[in-house]
Amino acid sequence: MTLNLNTLPNPPLPSWQRICALADILPGLGVCALVGGRQIAVFHVAGQVYAVGNRDPFTGADVISRGLTGSYLKDSQERPKVASPLLKHAFDLETGQALDHADMTLPTYPARVEGGEVWIGLVD
Amino acid sequence: MPQPQNQPSTPLAPAHPPRIVVIGNGMVGHRLVEQLQAQANDTAFQITVICEETRLAYDRVHLSSHFDDPAPDLALATAARYEEGGVQVIYGKAHGVDTAQKTIQVNDQTIHYDALVFATGSFPFVPPIPGRDAPGCFVYRTLDDLEQIRDAARNAKSGVVIGGGLLGLEAAGALQKLGLTTHVVEFAPQLMPAQLDAEGGQTLRRTIEAMGIGVHVGKSTSEVTLDAAGHVSGLAFADGGTLEADLVVFSAGIRPRDDLARESGLALGERGGIVIDDTCRTSAPDVYAVGECALHDGRIYGLVAPGYNMAKVAAANILHGLGLSDAPATFTGADLSTKLKLLGVEVGSFGDAKGVTEGCRTVSLSDNVRGTYSKLVLSADGLRVLGGLLVGDTARYNDLLDLALSGTPLTVPPETLIVPPLPGGAAIPVSTNTLICSCENVRADAVCAAIGDGARDIKALKSCTGAGTGCGGCVPSLHGLLQSELRRLGETVSNHLCEHFPYSRQELFDLIRVRGYRAWDDVLAAHGTGLGCEVCKPAVGSILASLHGEYVLKPQHAPLQDTNDAFLANIQKNGTYSVMPRVPGGEITADGLIAIGEVARNFGLYCKITGGQRIDLLGAQRDDLPAIWAELIAAGFESGHAYGKSLRTIKSCVGSTWCRYGVQDSTTLAIRLELRYRGLRSPHKLKSGVSGCTRECAEARSKDFGIIATEAGWNLYVGGNGGVTPKHALLLAEGLDEATLTRTIDRYLMFYIRTADRLQRTSAWLEGLEGGLDYLRGVIMDDSLGLCADLDAAMDQHVGSYEDEWAAALADPATPARFRTFVNADTRDTGLQWVEERGQLRPAFAHELTQGLTPLPMAGGDD
Ligand code: SRM
Ligand SMILES: Cc1cc2nc3c(=O)[nH]c(=O)nc-3n(C[C@H](O)[C@H](O)[C@H](O)COP(=O)(O)OP(=O)(O)OC[C@H]3O[C@@H](n4cnc5c(N)ncnc54)[C@H](O)[C@@H]3O)c2cc1C
Ligand code: SF4
Ligand code: FES
Repeated sequence: MTLNLNTLPNPPLPSWQRICALADILPGLGVCALVGGRQIAVFHVAGQVYAVGNRDPFTGADVISRGLTGSYLKDSQERPKVASPLLKHAFDLETGQALDHADMTLPTYPARVEGGEVWIGLVD
Repeated sequence: MPQPQNQPSTPLAPAHPPRIVVIGNGMVGHRLVEQLQAQANDTAFQITVICEETRLAYDRVHLSSHFDDPAPDLALATAARYEEGGVQVIYGKAHGVDTAQKTIQVNDQTIHYDALVFATGSFPFVPPIPGRDAPGCFVYRTLDDLEQIRDAARNAKSGVVIGGGLLGLEAAGALQKLGLTTHVVEFAPQLMPAQLDAEGGQTLRRTIEAMGIGVHVGKSTSEVTLDAAGHVSGLAFADGGTLEADLVVFSAGIRPRDDLARESGLALGERGGIVIDDTCRTSAPDVYAVGECALHDGRIYGLVAPGYNMAKVAAANILHGLGLSDAPATFTGADLSTKLKLLGVEVGSFGDAKGVTEGCRTVSLSDNVRGTYSKLVLSADGLRVLGGLLVGDTARYNDLLDLALSGTPLTVPPETLIVPPLPGGAAIPVSTNTLICSCENVRADAVCAAIGDGARDIKALKSCTGAGTGCGGCVPSLHGLLQSELRRLGETVSNHLCEHFPYSRQELFDLIRVRGYRAWDDVLAAHGTGLGCEVCKPAVGSILASLHGEYVLKPQHAPLQDTNDAFLANIQKNGTYSVMPRVPGGEITADGLIAIGEVARNFGLYCKITGGQRIDLLGAQRDDLPAIWAELIAAGFESGHAYGKSLRTIKSCVGSTWCRYGVQDSTTLAIRLELRYRGLRSPHKLKSGVSGCTRECAEARSKDFGIIATEAGWNLYVGGNGGVTPKHALLLAEGLDEATLTRTIDRYLMFYIRTADRLQRTSAWLEGLEGGLDYLRGVIMDDSLGLCADLDAAMDQHVGSYEDEWAAALADPATPARFRTFVNADTRDTGLQWVEERGQLRPAFAHELTQGLTPLPMAGGDD
């Protein structure tokens, strides 16, 4: 059995917020942003940016931004993923879905690049 | 039809799909055709099969059942199916191969080939004794041979088989089935000398004699005697004895059918066989050989499974060579364990059945009442099954084979593995069903069942058994079990790195080395798919680091590194890091100790003496790491690489400098070696130890390479480790001087780095190395592969290009930004909770927190 350790409450986010310059994230890597007291992992993978929660729900540690990115095949399509650095659980970067555990997810946030700047959007 | 616009003035050869010609339509030749059809679109090429026998391929393994009533259909190939698949069949014997013109002749046709395959099998060896060609003499290889034997048996009363091996006994069974009084004559002092030991041969003999078959061992046949009409009348032996028989079957071994290959100028082995490399190519371009005619790595396989394996590999490489597929393959040998039923007697032989491993021990049980014999060959410490023999009862064959292939340490006394079940009771429970994954409580049986149901990789095993989904510490065992189980099922084991690279780590290493890639993007673009993953990225990162020794945090390498390498520190369960400066050989000054203590105090770090003779500072926040290292470097320390798959520590004892028993200066040697190999990136971590005498206080024999001092010089042991599956290192060489010792270790490490699998410790690598320790010794001490200069140069390059990674990180202007906790704020991590214990800080456990965090399962980790 695996326990969901992602027990943080989800306070509402402010609307679109600038995080950093795209150049601050090396292609293939992630960084961690602090937004309204919440840790958000932001990745720059294959020309796209993705934002997901930084807390690894399997271990309760704030480490997702330090995971290795990559891709996996789903319905013969390459999809972006990130593997947690602690116990290597992998998640779909777009949906936050854990790949081997149907009931585990990372929260996801809208992200976009504008004029070389990375922005994260509000959820509700 | 419209005419092509630009008709060339000189006529070109008509564009035709490439032609693949297969000589021989036996079991393996047929499998090759099937593999070609399965691996590519079969309209892209044209297959021609040359078939010497009067029928298409049939199941030779079950040849003897041709005498059963009713006789089963043994056909493997049919004319209709070949026709449907566009396979052209030419009956006749191939000859006249011209490898320059790429042609071959059959009957009076000349055929052009683009790829040619010899699948000519073997022929029964008939010893050159007088009378061997007389009417009444036969061999036992083809359906035609069997037809002839059946006809001759109608007018015969007795028959004798020359040869008491596997096939000879099968032939004897057939003669008996045909109603003849049957004898077997064997030159060796026992039956089945190739597989069994004397006691096993004796057990088998008793059982066979009990069936009414005459067994004559230790007999050298000097002549087939003839009657007045020139027909066989019996045998005469060198010792003067005779035996009457109306019919003689020769089954004295097989010889590869390499005559055509010889005429064609292909390289043959000294004792015959067409020499092939790992890709099944012969010495001539676009000419391949598979099955019993092929000699791979000095070996001819007289079994069908390795032949099938070759067929698969050759098909892949033929298609690759013709540009029809992009996935080459390799054949790396096969396990020869076998289980058969001969004349109704079960016989099994597996692993080191004859006990040739140095220092091995045996346990055996010979039961004349049940007519069974079982023997286990055990490792010198008696803890592992290396191989064994089973005669008369092979019920435990699979379990024992598993034990031998997996090297699982025994949990029960070995003799209990071979005693028969108690009357009325169940068999003594033999735990080959070991616990594989303690997190999810999954045992070997469940894993094997999943493999039986089609799981073919770790991912599939994880999802259907749950094993490996917890801490991940069991993934290497899971991997080992998968490999041995697939091998047992006779399947080719895929050693592809991951879904993004259809290569093993070794293949990828060679590609990167030979093509000279220096960056991930180039490797991925040329050989991979998708964006990579957490498996292939660090593997490629490690290969690039092994080859070029570049700073691992250069922008082109940084995204490949696991978090430990990315931050040059070990991640801990709460996301903080540990810091471990190098302490070569475990020797440290008072000032050094004080400096480490001060750093720990300044940054509030938890201190612990490690099992590797150094000091671990735990609980460092990421953004403190550069400052911590600036202080450590100022005090003369450097990275200890505790985070990398690289050299860890070289433990030492105090040796002759202090110890009253020490015969050499183990501390100095350990320090020299640690400074030589520091920073060397490798498939898994590397550990070493140097002891000053045989009392072995440095535990050198539990290390990847260990050195023990003797009066005569240094003894070098290799392939040991502690950890999940402890292994004692094996003696590679004795009495070495320091220069020879160092060169030998250089080559050992570089050869390991080049050829091991990802995350394979040296012990597992050495076990998988065909030819074992002797082979290794040949490669690195006698230069049997001509590799030594290359390996030496690679190590010299490593030693010459070493730099302290932490010093490099501090000099890199990008470092401060990379180590910031948040990209958009200067605050520190908000999620950490600490508890004070015995005067130091440690991460809080869940029950100590209000917000309900529970501890994460900790064990090794699979990174
Ligand atoms: C600190 C230390 C324990 C201690 O407090 O003493 C330790 C700590 C860890 N060991 Fe160890 N091992 C330590 C000595 C050992 C030893 C004993 C030795 O080296 O003498 C062994 C058994 C010997 C061996 O390796 O053959 C050992 C067998 C392992 C294994 C199992 C390896 C195997 O092949 O089965 C792992 C898991 C792995 O590497 O995949 C492991 C992995 C780890 C990791 C890296 C787990 C991880 O990935 O986070 C731990 C890192 C903690 C950290 O950040 O410092 N550690 N570990 C020791 C550090 C030694 C050093 O100075 O470098
Ligand atoms: C009685 C018996 C029992 C056996 N039992 C077992 C067993 O239990 N387990 C096991 O693993 N193996 C067993 N074997 C061995 C197994 O049958 C062989 O390993 C397997 O058949 C080898 O396949 P092959 O294609 O290499 O050779 P073959 O099956 O011998 O096929 C080679 C074919 O090439 C043809 N040929 C040769 N030269 C030419 C030419 N110049 N032109 C055209 N055609 C040519 C030959 O006529 C032959 O048909 C047994 C063999 C025998 C005889
Ligand atoms: S190994 Fe020998 S020399 Fe070294 S400390 Fe032990 S007893 Fe002394
Ligand atoms: S032991 Fe299998 S996942 Fe931990």
